[in-house]
Amino acid sequence: MNPIMRFLHFWYDFVVGDDWTVAVGVVIALVVTALFAGAGIAAWWLLPLAVVLLLGLSLRKASRSGA
Amino acid sequence: MSGTVLVLAVFLACAVEAVEALTIVLAAGVTRGWRSPMIGVVAALLTLAVVVAALGPAISRIPIGAMQLVIGGLLLVFGLQWLRKAILRASGYKALHDEDKIYQQQVAAAKAAGTESRAFVTDWYGFTLAYKGVFLEGLEVAFIVVTFGSVQGQIPEASLGAIAAVVLVVVVGLLIKAPLAKVPENTMKFVVGILLSSFGIFWGAEGAGAHWPGADVSLLVIIPAVLVVSLAYVALLRNQQRRTVSAVRPEQSGVTS
Repeated sequence: MNPIMRFLHFWYDFVVGDDWTVAVGVVIALVVTALFAGAGIAAWWLLPLAVVLLLGLSLRKASRSGA
Repeated sequence: MSGTVLVLAVFLACAVEAVEALTIVLAAGVTRGWRSPMIGVVAALLTLAVVVAALGPAISRIPIGAMQLVIGGLLLVFGLQWLRKAILRASGYKALHDEDKIYQQQVAAAKAAGTESRAFVTDWYGFTLAYKGVFLEGLEVAFIVVTFGSVQGQIPEASLGAIAAVVLVVVVGLLIKAPLAKVPENTMKFVVGILLSSFGIFWGAEGAGAHWPGADVSLLVIIPAVLVVSLAYVALLRNQQRRTVSAVRPEQSGVTS
């Protein structure tokens, strides 16, 4: 692995960590929140709901694989 | 309110990371002498100071809405990592962090390593072990100081919280001259995960254009709500763990009898 790849890998590990689906889920939830807010629909509830679901799914996956 | 929580989150996160860094530096110093590991510690702290000094003002120039969105999203992803690991540890799916065990492993590795001199450093292994330990543990704190501090406009207060935690851990470490195994690290990491995730939810949604009912006061609901959900997940996973263990035991006893 060259130094640039090592550098990128380090930052990926640092920010995203063990489960990339959580990061992708958070980004999707933020985009949908922005779309709702832009359309004038109350959107404050969306991110907390997404967090509950994403955390639950990630924990389920980790517990089934033996963490 | 959020200023106090900011300092508390930084203090707790920094204390946990400082305890982990202290274990590594102690192992390096006790087995290989203190000179090179201490140069490593100073070099790592200077690197971290440069990171905070460079990133802090750069992030502060981003417009507040975009900053809240980006930093809220980053804090949420980062905080959920902490929270996920803390829940897995609390429910028995992941081994608890054990400073005594880590210290023994680091001491064994430090004793086995050869000695090499480079530039002004007489023991390169001792230097790099301490540098990496302090830099990598400290980087998470620098990230929290820069992100939290930027959105709140309180980087100096966040830095003070971090410095207070480091001073406390170093003083206690010097007094007892052993890893701080009795610090409730796992509980502290749980609390930090909850605070980072809660602020991530709050700022992320605000940055995306949503309006919280009650504005800042909604944090008084978000933080306890994240705590309750996390404790519920711990309870669920503990039950699942117990069921798995009790389902395996009768099978094992059936095989052996």
